[in-house]
Amino acid sequence: MTALPARTEKSLGLVIDLDTCVGCQACVTSCKEWNSASGTHLPLADLDPYGASPRGSFLNRVHSFEVVPAAGPAVVVHFPRSCLHCADAPCVTVCPTGASWKRAEDGIVLVDEGACIGCGLCAWACPYGARELDGAAGVMKKCTLCVDRIGNPNLPAADRVPACVKACPTGARHFGDLADPASAVSRLVAEREGFALMPEQGTRPVNRYLPPRPRGPAGAAPLAPAAAAAPGGFLGWLDRALDRL
Amino acid sequence: MARTPTLELAPRIADEVRRTTCYMCACRCGIEVHLKDGRVRHIEGNRDHPVNRGVLCAKGASGVMQHNAPSRLRAPLLRTGPRGSGAMREISWDEAMDLAVGWLAPLRATAPEKLAFFTGRDQSQSLTGWWAQMFGTPNFAAHGGFCSVNMAAAGIYTLGGAFWEFGAPDWERSRLHVMFGVAEDHDSNPIKIGLGRLKARGTRVIAVNPVRTGYAAIADDWIAITPGSDGLLILALAQELLRAGRIDLDYLARWTDAGILVDGREGPTKGLYLRDAEGRPLVRDRRQGAPVPWEAAGAAPDLARGWVADGVEHRPVFRHLADRLLDPAHAPEAVAGRCGVPAARIRALAAELAAAAFDAPLSLPRPWTDFRGERHAEMVGRPVSFHAMRGIAAHANGFQTARALHVLQCLLGAVEAPGGMRFKPPCPRPAAAQPRPHGMQGPGRPLAGPPLGFPLGPEDLLVDAEGRPQRLDKAFSWEAPLAVHGIMHMVIANAHAGDPYPVDTLFFYMANMAWNSSMNTAATMGMLADRRPDGEYVIPHIICADAYSSEMVAYSDLVLPDTTYLERHDCISLLDRPISEPEAMADSIRWPVVAPERPGHAGVRPFQSVLLDLGARLGLPGMVREDGSPRYRDYADYMVNHERRPGIGPLAGWRGDGSAGGRGAPNPGQLDRYIANGGFWQAHVPDGAAFFKPWNRAWQDWATAMGLQDRPTPYPFALWVEPLRRFQLAAEGHGPRQPPAHLRDRIRRYLDPLPFWHPPPGAEEAEAAGAGAFPLHALTQRPMPMYHSWGSQNAWLRQILGQNLLFLPEELWRSEGFAAGDWAHVTSPHGTITVPVAPMAAQNAATVWTWNAIGKRAGAWALDPAAPEATGGFLLNHLIGELLPDRGDGRRWSNSDPVTGQAAWFDLRVRVTRAGPGASLAPAFPAQASPVGRGPDRVLHGSDWR
Repeated sequence: MTALPARTEKSLGLVIDLDTCVGCQACVTSCKEWNSASGTHLPLADLDPYGASPRGSFLNRVHSFEVVPAAGPAVVVHFPRSCLHCADAPCVTVCPTGASWKRAEDGIVLVDEGACIGCGLCAWACPYGARELDGAAGVMKKCTLCVDRIGNPNLPAADRVPACVKACPTGARHFGDLADPASAVSRLVAEREGFALMPEQGTRPVNRYLPPRPRGPAGAAPLAPAAAAAPGGFLGWLDRALDRL
Repeated sequence: MARTPTLELAPRIADEVRRTTCYMCACRCGIEVHLKDGRVRHIEGNRDHPVNRGVLCAKGASGVMQHNAPSRLRAPLLRTGPRGSGAMREISWDEAMDLAVGWLAPLRATAPEKLAFFTGRDQSQSLTGWWAQMFGTPNFAAHGGFCSVNMAAAGIYTLGGAFWEFGAPDWERSRLHVMFGVAEDHDSNPIKIGLGRLKARGTRVIAVNPVRTGYAAIADDWIAITPGSDGLLILALAQELLRAGRIDLDYLARWTDAGILVDGREGPTKGLYLRDAEGRPLVRDRRQGAPVPWEAAGAAPDLARGWVADGVEHRPVFRHLADRLLDPAHAPEAVAGRCGVPAARIRALAAELAAAAFDAPLSLPRPWTDFRGERHAEMVGRPVSFHAMRGIAAHANGFQTARALHVLQCLLGAVEAPGGMRFKPPCPRPAAAQPRPHGMQGPGRPLAGPPLGFPLGPEDLLVDAEGRPQRLDKAFSWEAPLAVHGIMHMVIANAHAGDPYPVDTLFFYMANMAWNSSMNTAATMGMLADRRPDGEYVIPHIICADAYSSEMVAYSDLVLPDTTYLERHDCISLLDRPISEPEAMADSIRWPVVAPERPGHAGVRPFQSVLLDLGARLGLPGMVREDGSPRYRDYADYMVNHERRPGIGPLAGWRGDGSAGGRGAPNPGQLDRYIANGGFWQAHVPDGAAFFKPWNRAWQDWATAMGLQDRPTPYPFALWVEPLRRFQLAAEGHGPRQPPAHLRDRIRRYLDPLPFWHPPPGAEEAEAAGAGAFPLHALTQRPMPMYHSWGSQNAWLRQILGQNLLFLPEELWRSEGFAAGDWAHVTSPHGTITVPVAPMAAQNAATVWTWNAIGKRAGAWALDPAAPEATGGFLLNHLIGELLPDRGDGRRWSNSDPVTGQAAWFDLRVRVTRAGPGASLAPAFPAQASPVGRGPDRVLHGSDWR
């Protein structure tokens, strides 16, 4: 019921390296902190924060999965999950009030909290589970790509990136324009065979994930016992090797 | 039509940004604290800071929730109910200080050792240790003894540096990185940054770890080693390298003791370095065929042949080492079973190490001159690096395992060479250049030096004429000669038992000894609360200083409330464990970016200032002026004006007139300079001094000029640790100070000057119970978003991990018929607990594990007693005895490494059985009353500024 822009000038998004993410949760709390503190949107509430059932809203969560391949030992993958800022964002088109919208200039999907009635249709429409209804404000919360950081002249230029990208200790999160094939993020996607999440859903997500590199032994051949098998054994080898120093 | 609502996209969130140092864990990152209306609005990483370069971890980014936590203490507390109940009342600071002085002053006058002052995650040990020294009690240490002292001690005794605090991988140049047993133990962000650098280059990372989580999850290869067997794996790798001749002989000959001759004569010098009349260790020069000093210019040490004099052969260290390494017991096939790693995998790993070290030349075009005067045109690299931490350290064979790892590094020539391990200033600093431990001087008198240090032989032990320990924790005794960080996990048990003597006051700072920081937690709580027949407590007085309402607070008679990390001064000093990185000597401060306000209460004070105040009230030397008035106004005053040696103070930056670094007179404007610079100071190591530091003239001169040492101190790496051999000699009947009879065999066996592997005593005991009695190894690891007990009071972090599960290997899960939501009984030789379980495939098949310190006692930390941390969260600590069972000799050994006293947390062996329906957490304890009430029912951070 709400229209998407016909096209966007840029497609800002994240490239998340699953080969490098250690699952440390830095992106989770740095996001929560900035997006509560900045005041651009309503705070991300925490209900029963010191009680038996603490529940807060987060814009980004990290899930850890075990993958047991057909051959070889099990692998653990840390998977950060947030809004993918889809080109064909079903959360926007399903919104009955126009609160969910996508910016024409850079493709960021946002929620106009003043217009949001908390009906939850967008969360239902999102195949990625990227939206959470705030327990206190009753409005829908989602990743803003830190829209109030990335062009904020009150921040040092180097800090005009999403909070999660600045915080990420392993450098597993990258931010940029994925519509520009020359951008650093686009090149990274090309080099590392970055992929879109669940493309069959037809939402044309902007964010990309870099796959874990293949795991396992390098297949090194065992060392030849050159010293042990030398004349005089190891000591003989040693004596001659010292002569060559 | 697309909508375009308007948003404020350029908020100015702060009135002011203040830069200080994080304390959400031990990592000590630089942070920028954004203040609005005088309150903390936002915290992010400082891009200029050498530790974190702008990044921040989950803990650091949740700092505001820690700072505002409802568990913060608000006033000094006096216990009003039984110990452990939590019944306390708030008192004034005057009353609190009077009480403390009233308890401590008589002790100092009569028996200062009756004060045991132990600090936990203390980042001010150069102050707290000095305070203990001036009080006159040897009973001081921080938490290193139950943390990673095995890594620290093995590093210093072998290399003169250690992982984390005093050394780091050369992340920028390594081409292969191998991690042994590392979780979020230490150096949180630098390791993550480093791994990110390796990954960005596609550098191969190999994890040796029973569990494939966290760092191990992103490793390119994973070796699922069985806990406690790392030493065997390392010795097998070394054997492979030797048999293949893939070792750096030139490096070994020049920079290590490989060529130093070992005295072969029977008698009191057997096994010590052979020395000349000036005490210089000797090598056999290959050209002359005669002994020359190791340090002599042009020496060509012979690693193969010994030197025969008076019919006795003195063989070089390397011959002894080669014999040890080539022992058939260290063949890959021989160790494969115990390690749980196929021999072929071990061989392949050895081949990878050799290829990385030797097959792709790396050299930096940096000419340098060594201490012998020889010029080198370049710095030749060995780009294979290692890191190891608690997975190796927390076993009772951890010291010798860490030794083996450092010897492996030396064989590869990969320490202080580009691409390998690099020291962080103040290291390199070998054991001989470190202080010795100091014992009691008597009533009213300070110790003659710091309580902790590095013994070089039996003469440095703190024991009496009968060999009995002088310290309460028995550190530096025959039971743990190299207990260089003390043995904190034995303090309560020994105090309760009056062994070796009763004490009067336990004084803990920032240590949760009544819960997750003690072994045998249930019994420990009992000891703290135990009474004599006359009704008095067995341990008469307990004082704790903490910022938060921990379990320990409830067991304390007097609580001195500390500030949060944003409300205080601190110095992370080069006298202690600074923030240096390999390229820079650095230290840093914290300063009160907000004032400590606790409206309606007596308030909190920074502990270090309280300690100096207490010292002044007690009249401790150095803390009072001649007229008896306090020498220091507060900790900030001390940080600026205290001098340990002339010109050397707690902070190295901006000394003298502000232009001096390292040495210089106190500068009244020093802290302002730190604050203006983001809270830290650093001096870059000159390029020509940045590698081969122990032997590099440029480093030795620079370190001397900067006050890190008083004179150039080149030294060889110690493949053979002579101090260990001195203890063995004593056990063999030599010297004036010998171990008691019942400890002789133990000293002879474990204080081997060469690395070796032995089953941890705890494992031997489990195996003695019969095959299958305790078939599983049990471990904990620290989760990345949590720091010990602290995380659970943090509204954000506890949502990430509010309850732990015991992860069981899938085979066990299936064979025992476990189902989702099940609980299990977990039994060790020490006890049984009942806990929630879950299956996991990515772990060693003989290992179970969980996250540490998630379980909380009901009522603590301002949490609802029904919080999942209390109803489902659990500790493995209940299964771990601080003493091993009697092994038939009538004695119970400490559950510790026999060399260092390191707490052997990871030697735990268990069996696991399915609990029936309706199982619940066991053991369960009554809730503690909360001295700070409960937290609010909602948090809306940021709502005040909309």
